[in-house]
Amino acid sequence: MSPPVDEVLLRSVVPGVLGVLVRRGADFAAAEDAVQDALVEAVRAWPADPPRDPQAWLVTVAWRRFLDATRSEAARRRREEVVHEEPGPVSSADDTLQLYFLCAHPSLTPSSAVALTLRAVGGLTTRQIAAAYLVPEATMAQRISRAKRTVSGVRFDSAGDVATVLRVLYLVFNEGYSGDVDLAAEAIRLTRQLAAVVDHPEVAGLLALMLLHHARRAARVADDGSLVPLAQQDRGRWDTALIAEGVEVLQAALARDRLGEFQAQAAIAALHADARTAEETDWVQIVEWYDELLRLTDSPVVRLNRAVAVGEADGARAGLAALASVDASVPRRTAVQAYLHEKDGDLPTAARLYAEAAAKAPNAAERDHLTRQAARLNSG
Amino acid sequence: MAKYLMLKHYRSTSKSLDCAPMDQWTPEEVSAHIQYMRDFGAKLTETGEFVDAQGVAQEGTWVRYDGEGRPPVTDGPFAETKDLIAGWMVIDVDSYERAVELAGELSAAPGPGGEPIREWLELRPVMSEPPTVRE
Repeated sequence: MSPPVDEVLLRSVVPGVLGVLVRRGADFAAAEDAVQDALVEAVRAWPADPPRDPQAWLVTVAWRRFLDATRSEAARRRREEVVHEEPGPVSSADDTLQLYFLCAHPSLTPSSAVALTLRAVGGLTTRQIAAAYLVPEATMAQRISRAKRTVSGVRFDSAGDVATVLRVLYLVFNEGYSGDVDLAAEAIRLTRQLAAVVDHPEVAGLLALMLLHHARRAARVADDGSLVPLAQQDRGRWDTALIAEGVEVLQAALARDRLGEFQAQAAIAALHADARTAEETDWVQIVEWYDELLRLTDSPVVRLNRAVAVGEADGARAGLAALASVDASVPRRTAVQAYLHEKDGDLPTAARLYAEAAAKAPNAAERDHLTRQAARLNSG
Repeated sequence: MAKYLMLKHYRSTSKSLDCAPMDQWTPEEVSAHIQYMRDFGAKLTETGEFVDAQGVAQEGTWVRYDGEGRPPVTDGPFAETKDLIAGWMVIDVDSYERAVELAGELSAAPGPGGEPIREWLELRPVMSEPPTVRE
């Protein structure tokens, strides 16, 4: 039996293939359709007849599909002449980078940018993306085609914004796991690919952040699906190779002395990863990084997390004092307040706040966790 | 991106806005109302925001465990049928504000005389997966 096609390898060449087609003059939407057709063809043909150069094979097939789909004979002849002038695919890092910029274009809504990135840069099928986001395939197909229409007028050589691309990849990484595609792993793959073509410390910062969080994934959820808080995680289940890589990527980025929010977040994650037990966590240094992060972002969520760290470094009362400056509408504020009151020994208040936080929880795993906390204190 | 459940109830909570039951509308008014719902769903598919929409029958059965070997209880004084849910729609939108906007639009479905029925819709966030990062 022939070996199955390596889907990850296949998808990793997609941005390059798409970039070549667009640079040759295909419009983005048509090129993207042609590449999808070529991918389907590859899955069918490669097991029996593996190509020597997968990218060249895909460029050839996708270009042929694109030409077939283009009605005008005159246009076809013109384009074929162009191909003859430019034989073989040229792997161009710039094309790949432009594709990332295009898919994260500011004219797109966040959900459209995510969908387009996964499809055009990630090479996922519409069905896979729809399954990952738990929406019907028809809905996702429309989301993608609208996104393609939105960026169809955008010049492929216009400069893009790395920060926008990173925000999209961050959104992909943060999405939970559903369907047959692991979005966290996909986000890491795409960020690695981006890091290979762009020289920017925040790309490394985001990659380090993802690696460090991904390393803890096996320990975050118990066998019954319930959440395990950081302090109670079995640190033996953390992926030490991923942690080592994350720390290395982070240190190289920090050495360049161009701090950004992803590097600061990764530094906090690295300090957690560095502690052999929860008690050994260097909370004082973590508070310093939160101060840094606050200077960079002034985000209420960061202020909230800083209050947790202050509570660990300087005691529950100090944590509650820090919490006072966090707006009541910030998600999870009540849960943090409950935790700090429990730490301070005020169990009735903590139980009431845990129950209140459970009612506001945005997902079932957190709701169940907070309900158990309230029940534990109420029955104790 | 967040999913919201829009629950359609059988009645409006404000008496002044209550319109006649659908069986007392003209057939054209009924058709116009149903067409509005269909168009709304189709429009949301086109914008990439549609997840699901279903109507549920007015008839329902109440079931409760009452001990091993005992039949479930299926009658009793429960909420009136018109209080119950008529149907639902699930949308996947970029913001809460957009969800409110769409719920308002759905509430404007035409009733007698082509006037918006202004029914109350209950908008509730659907539980998501826990995020991986929250620093």
